[in-house]
Amino acid sequence: MARTKSKPAKRKPAKSATKKVVKTAARKVAAKSGNGKAPAPVKKTASFVTLFGMKIEVERRGKGRPIVVIPGEEGLEADMPFLDELARKNEVIIPWMPGFGRSERPEWVASMDDVSYIFLDLLDALKLKDVTLVGFSLGGWIAAEMAIKNTTRIKKLVLVDAYGIKVGGKRDRDIADVWYLPAEKVLNLKYVDTRHGVFDYPSMPDSKLEIVARQRETTARLCWEPYMHHPSLLRRLHRIGVPTLVIWGEKDGIVTTDYGRAYAKAIPGARFVSIPNAAHFPQVEAPDRFMKELTRFAR
Amino acid sequence: MDAWHFTEMPYPYLPPQDSYTSDRVNMPNSVCDPKIAADLYNRYLDEHMLADDLGLNMMLNEHHQTPTCLDTAAPLAAAILARQTSKGRICILGNPIANRSNPIRIAEEMAMIDCISRGRLDCGFVRGVPYEVFGANSNPTQTLERLWEGIELVQLAWTSHDGPLNFEGRFWHRRAINIWPRPYQQPHPPIWITGSSDKANIRKVAREGYTFAMFLQPHEKVREMFDAFREASPDDNPNANLAYMPLVFTGDSEEEAAKGAEALTWYIKSKSEPQFRNPPGYVPVSFNVNALKGTYSGRTDAVRRQGLDYLKEQGVVIAGTPDQVIAQIRRFHELVGGFRHLLMMQQAGFLDHAATTKSMTLFAKEVYPAIRDLGATQSEAA
Amino acid sequence: MDAWHFTEMPYPHLPDNSTIPGIRVNLPNKHLDPKVAADLYNRYLDEHLLADELGLNCMLNEHHQTATCLDVAAPLSAAILARQTRNARICILGNPIANRANPIRIAEEMAMIDCISRGRLDCGFVRGVPYEVFGANSNPTMTLERLWEGIELVQLAWTSHDGPVNFEGRFWHKRTINIWPRPYQQPHPPIWITGSSDKENIKKTARHGFTFAMFLQPHEKVKEMFDAFRESSPDENPNLKLAYMPLVYTADTEAEAEEGAKQLSWYLHAKTEAQFRNPPGYVPVSFNVNALKGKYSGRTDAVRSQGMDYLREQGVLIYGTPDQVVQQIERLQNLLGGFRHLLMMQQAGFLSHERTVRSMTLFAKEVYPRVKHLGIDVPERKVA
Repeated sequence: MARTKSKPAKRKPAKSATKKVVKTAARKVAAKSGNGKAPAPVKKTASFVTLFGMKIEVERRGKGRPIVVIPGEEGLEADMPFLDELARKNEVIIPWMPGFGRSERPEWVASMDDVSYIFLDLLDALKLKDVTLVGFSLGGWIAAEMAIKNTTRIKKLVLVDAYGIKVGGKRDRDIADVWYLPAEKVLNLKYVDTRHGVFDYPSMPDSKLEIVARQRETTARLCWEPYMHHPSLLRRLHRIGVPTLVIWGEKDGIVTTDYGRAYAKAIPGARFVSIPNAAHFPQVEAPDRFMKELTRFAR
Repeated sequence: MDAWHFTEMPYPYLPPQDSYTSDRVNMPNSVCDPKIAADLYNRYLDEHMLADDLGLNMMLNEHHQTPTCLDTAAPLAAAILARQTSKGRICILGNPIANRSNPIRIAEEMAMIDCISRGRLDCGFVRGVPYEVFGANSNPTQTLERLWEGIELVQLAWTSHDGPLNFEGRFWHRRAINIWPRPYQQPHPPIWITGSSDKANIRKVAREGYTFAMFLQPHEKVREMFDAFREASPDDNPNANLAYMPLVFTGDSEEEAAKGAEALTWYIKSKSEPQFRNPPGYVPVSFNVNALKGTYSGRTDAVRRQGLDYLKEQGVVIAGTPDQVIAQIRRFHELVGGFRHLLMMQQAGFLDHAATTKSMTLFAKEVYPAIRDLGATQSEAA
Repeated sequence: MDAWHFTEMPYPHLPDNSTIPGIRVNLPNKHLDPKVAADLYNRYLDEHLLADELGLNCMLNEHHQTATCLDVAAPLSAAILARQTRNARICILGNPIANRANPIRIAEEMAMIDCISRGRLDCGFVRGVPYEVFGANSNPTMTLERLWEGIELVQLAWTSHDGPVNFEGRFWHKRTINIWPRPYQQPHPPIWITGSSDKENIKKTARHGFTFAMFLQPHEKVKEMFDAFRESSPDENPNLKLAYMPLVYTADTEAEAEEGAKQLSWYLHAKTEAQFRNPPGYVPVSFNVNALKGKYSGRTDAVRSQGMDYLREQGVLIYGTPDQVVQQIERLQNLLGGFRHLLMMQQAGFLSHERTVRSMTLFAKEVYPRVKHLGIDVPERKVA
């Protein structure tokens, strides 16, 4: 789990709720596959690509058609079991935006717009073709920003509980304020079962905690005002010309299904799926249903 | 030693503490009765005028969206004092330049006040305490960068006299800087900066020749930071540029003093929600690593939870009869290696006008003359 | 009729007009002696205190980077007057909200002043005259849009009492609005707007119930705009929300009056370079088409270049003995159809303290009692 610089061989196992959930999910997956054993974890590689003069960290796992996964602002997706499952039949590529993971963050990176150009360059640099681009939460915003600009290398787009647009009026809070609200409240908006969102930080190594703290700082730096959105994005979504799936947790309290539906409606031909019994992280709280929707679409 | 009277101008009439989670940011202003606020403003300003009469200086600060501080625009109070007083110096500590949107306006306001006061303004700049970013909706990351670019821009505006200048910085662009009026003091009012733990910042303050102020911290911590300042300062007597604020109450008797001190501690017992104390990126990543580990819960928490004796021992509270106050000040002065400016929160919470003015007067008449010599020269202990 | 004392608080001790490019924006501040400025500030504030004692109200304004106006931050002087006066209403006319970066701060400043004064604040908002955009580096286009969004945001801040509210507008985003203190007056201090020729804006002002003020314009023009206001006002008596400012000088003799009036008109001759008077997009395209054709050189130019008789005839300048001043005010009230607030620039340029005080006192004692009843009757409505 810990993203350390050294090879992954020696790691203190994280005694966390996440770990328990991971094990449970893995068991479920194993049960489905019928052999009663948890499948072997997929091999991961991490490397750096230099773009715009900065080092961007990219993780890759599996083989097959490329699925580029842009994590959310908490960066949790890379540790989620569904990714390993995806990686059994596809190549899963996880780029870490400036200020996330071990990617550098030069001063001039000041907006999601900047990030979208960096990632479009990344697709070119990696010479990817027919990418299924999947963005979660903040990553969904980035994915949308990329897709409105250039889909040459993108074949399909998936947005999961994505930020980025403004649908309401000036008095409305389209996106719950995760910095102003108390942590307890935010947890309840993000999860149906809040145990999924409780992490045992004191047991993690400092290197991992630095990444967590830095990611939070980066998100504030880039998304403070306008809050978590670009005022023009909704007006630009019509430019997306690739098949798009918008997946939402039905109980998401950060961005509601109304918001999600508006997102989908603005993208030509997009399909909207609401997943019950899940909030902001359907890939964690309803992984089976989530994977079913995702793999069917990405096929 | 220069002594400065200070109050944060609180509105203390709040619902019971257990009925709310924060007095800052989200205490609804329905709790504010404007008639009471009017009385309080005028009372606190009267107390500053008394300070001037008594030969003390006056310090002001500014906070937003909080009943702990009605002075939501310190330049307004400073202008009033500039006009109504004639002897004392007036220090705004400070203009929250990292949360204000236009440093040029700050430069103009300060120049105007400096002129009205005929050169009695000391001008502080602060980064702003963490919870201030919510009211200003200013980005909590990069507050230090904005602080320093803001100061650069203000100094440029103050010291440019030959016609409009250009400044296209990282955070502010101004293409035709040419403020009217210009400041009264040359080259400009003295600049003060506050801080508590960022040594690199403190050293920068020293090198720039600014005055450095700390508030309500244990003396060991103050010593550490003052030493960092002294090391980096090019001045012969760096202590002349150091300032410290305790809560100060001077009473006729020990009992009276204890009561007054207890009333003052209202200030450090104020409540706020954790996310207001540590918005993302306000402190460096390393601090937040500790926060995640549970070893850091926002700044100044350690001080909050202690009793009066501890606070007096630490130098956060100075209280007693005049002789006792003199002794405590001398002790603290020695412990931290010397400093010139004693900023005194002599009013807080429910401490009423009668008690405040009595304490101020006792201090001015029976304490101040006995401590004036402190901090004027380099301390032996440094 | 309410009478308001006003000075722009000028710093008149400047080099010869022919040796400087202009007074506004680019006159280097080395021409300002801070000791002289200190004396001037305190003198002008003393004159306001006198106004209060005389039963007049106090009006302030704010300008930047100009020797015509030392009051670079009107909230500061308003705070001083809030503290030092007892009866006068205090009007900031106005906060240049379209050129200020944070309307929430304006809301806070006004609430604080309103409390200190115990509810004597009138709060004006202005778009800001054209040359102001240079000092603020604010975009000269969209000043009207910023004005109205700013006012909306300030009113929201003033009237929200149940905890933080959100506002994500076109120009400002504030997510946790909850100002302390709240204003003294309920629901908030009266709002004033200035204007000169934009009828749509004037009608909007009327519909919002704000007071509308015009300055130093020929009476025909003023009447036209006042009528536009009256037509759109939902009030029984729209005149209660109309304000006009002439230069006003009252003296013991005609000769003295003429002297004083000449000094007041310093204000009208302040030199400003052409590009500062008409930055791009400040006026609509149609105006600028005329500018390109040479038929428009910025606003108010017509008034500037005239003599004193003309200015008096037009109602821009009121001067004379008390009797004469009474008569001119009565005439102006008739010509304009009635207006409640007489804003009087009683000091400008080199007009000395002694002369200013004498003029103010004469006005208060021998003119005001005779004109107080004017301008507050319900006007006759034109039948549609």
